[in-house]
Amino acid sequence: MYLSDGATRPHYVSYGEWLKAQPADRLGRKRAEADALFHRVGITFAVYGQEEGAERLIPFDIVPRVMPLEEWIRLEGGLKQRVRALNAFIHDIYHDQQILKAGVIPPEQVLCNSQYRPEMQGVDVPGGIYAHIAGIDIVRDDAGEFRVLEDNLRVPSGVSYMLENRKMMMRLFPELFSSHRVAPVDHYPDVLLDNLRSVAPTGVADPTVVLMTAGAHNSAYFEHAFLAQQMGIELVEGQDLFVRDEAVFMRTTQGPQRVDVIYRRIDDDFLDPLVFRPDSMLGVPGLLTAYRAGRITIANAIGTGVADDKSIYPYVPEMIRFYLGQSPIIGNVHTWMLRKKEDKDYVLAHLPDLVVKEVHGAGGYGMLIGPASTKAEIEKFRQMIIATPERYIAQPTLALSTCPTFAGDGIAPRHIDLRPFVLSGREVTIVPGGLTRVALREGSLVVNSSQGGGTKDTWVLEA
Amino acid sequence: MLSRTADHMYWMSRYIERAESLARLVDAHYRMSLLPHSPATLAQSLSSTMTALQMEDAYRERYDTIAPRAVFEFVSLDREFSGSIISCLRAARENARAVRGSLTSELWETLNSTWLDARALVTRGAANADIGQFVEWVKERSHLTRGVTIGTMLRDEAFHFTRIGTFLERADSTARILTAHQSDLKPGADAGAVPDPFEWTVLLRALSAFEVYRRVYRNVITPVRVAQLLILRDDMPRSLIRCCKEVYQNLKSVTNEHSAETERRAGGMHAMLHFTRMEDILATGLPEFLEEFMGKVRDLGDRIASDFLVPPAEA
Repeated sequence: MYLSDGATRPHYVSYGEWLKAQPADRLGRKRAEADALFHRVGITFAVYGQEEGAERLIPFDIVPRVMPLEEWIRLEGGLKQRVRALNAFIHDIYHDQQILKAGVIPPEQVLCNSQYRPEMQGVDVPGGIYAHIAGIDIVRDDAGEFRVLEDNLRVPSGVSYMLENRKMMMRLFPELFSSHRVAPVDHYPDVLLDNLRSVAPTGVADPTVVLMTAGAHNSAYFEHAFLAQQMGIELVEGQDLFVRDEAVFMRTTQGPQRVDVIYRRIDDDFLDPLVFRPDSMLGVPGLLTAYRAGRITIANAIGTGVADDKSIYPYVPEMIRFYLGQSPIIGNVHTWMLRKKEDKDYVLAHLPDLVVKEVHGAGGYGMLIGPASTKAEIEKFRQMIIATPERYIAQPTLALSTCPTFAGDGIAPRHIDLRPFVLSGREVTIVPGGLTRVALREGSLVVNSSQGGGTKDTWVLEA
Repeated sequence: MLSRTADHMYWMSRYIERAESLARLVDAHYRMSLLPHSPATLAQSLSSTMTALQMEDAYRERYDTIAPRAVFEFVSLDREFSGSIISCLRAARENARAVRGSLTSELWETLNSTWLDARALVTRGAANADIGQFVEWVKERSHLTRGVTIGTMLRDEAFHFTRIGTFLERADSTARILTAHQSDLKPGADAGAVPDPFEWTVLLRALSAFEVYRRVYRNVITPVRVAQLLILRDDMPRSLIRCCKEVYQNLKSVTNEHSAETERRAGGMHAMLHFTRMEDILATGLPEFLEEFMGKVRDLGDRIASDFLVPPAEA
């Protein structure tokens, strides 16, 4: 919000004035009001490892993150470019593997990756699109440049909070929306449904789309139910579906009904117990057979994890050059790959200054933030890195940009990131903005909701 | 609609209706407990009610004797007991949560806040401090839920399954309450002395039938008329015949290719009540009649489940 000399950044001026004029207790009251509303509407998530059925709110911060339109347009261009390249990469990996033959990525990095699905080799998916919904995590570094921190191409979540946060802000502070031209986001479900319909198996004129969830105890269940409702499609569990003659049906009160597109919100491993985890009760036996026969579209496709793995991430800029012949608009965060000896040596020598992540980790688990860790924690990681270096990558501790945040006794700066949702169908679409996550603890850099992070509304200001 | 969705809708409304029925029974007995008369009568009524509701074993595991206060708390607030009002409210909410996308947001928010508020009332101790007020509140929330259902839901299959759940549960509940009082409803019991008026008050109040009775009969309360009102009066919203009629009508609206026999049986139950006189029922014996009726309600529930809600695999 502020420049280094203390002046307000131009797109924050109008909001900043409004904020200054607010009586101290009004913001606190509005925050309590937001919490009560979220509880009543049941916008909650379950935390793994806590008491069965425990539901918590994701803390919502009432101070929006504001981004001027010019910045957004540049970011949007970079995101579209990146997701196009990622989809081209996944298609290539499951077909000719030209990028491996050209020596751009070492083949063992891909083919020995646990996220590589040999079952997908040679399978054609409609439109060649694998990652229909991509959540790309963006940070701004100390030089003010946007950088991609992470690609989420499997079952990215959080978009319901983007939509609900906006609704909440409009309910709490309607006056702000008449004085600011905030780009709308609420058409997201329409765009998503349109995209999902556009990738139905060939020959299906009026496809039936369903959203597949692991059930009401899944941490993101609210989002699943919300999106299904917003799109007007059935929210199904594995037990609601079955496969007959290589076609997928759902059990309805009027008998079996054919399903054409599954927007699945469960991981590959649980989709089909005949192929993946045999102990999975969540999946549909025979689903992969129907999929390989081209009778059903699964979004995101099976096997996208090979492209969002942290060990593949460093190669994404190369993918953009290789497939699109363009130079990347948004860069990566510098990444050391610990399977390389010189990188490992450097990282082991600088552990207290770096962030170390598990290659397959997600959700802020299994990571070391050097500057915020004790000696003992750092030593523990050192031993783990020496034992299996290929399981880790390291990145510099970014001075993530901060955004003013309501911190109980007033407004204070907190670290943020941004997850825009990139939709691929007939074309690539992004609703302006995304989910801004904020590390609510002072000084913390971890924005994951499972680790004490919260969310904010994100404004792309049109004027 | 998805079978599983229909199943959750059906159970959501059954649980809300069950919570209301229990609240009515607690309310009626609670009022009775405030009046100066024999504690034995109250204990007797509570005991036969718990037997009819099949709650006695669970109660005996925790308490030695039937004490009104303990029964009220057990039936209303015991979160460990799956048949209590608070557990029913939770079950209704959990079923609603599983299909929240198929409910109107008003209906979901009503069920969700009912559960959140109920839990808060119990945790704060407010519910224990005033059971009478708590059950009154539960009745209001049930009325509200029903009103929101009727006032906001599209008249599609989902709506009809919630209605089937409501009326099947209500039929079962009315039959059980009558069972608990069957000794007072014996033929000939009206010939001689007027039976304990408190007993009647409990029975009629628990079914919102006290004022209705006066209005319909404008006469002294007699067992035959009470039975007539609660079994055969078509315009009495909690009577057996009314419930059967509603179940049958809603069932016809969701018909599928397997459901003909289920519809026939539901229609049969309604027709049987429609063409039966009270004298016939009393001649067979009220307990036998009620026993058979509850068996048919169970059968109907099972058939609805296999036709619509939990179809056999690959169906």
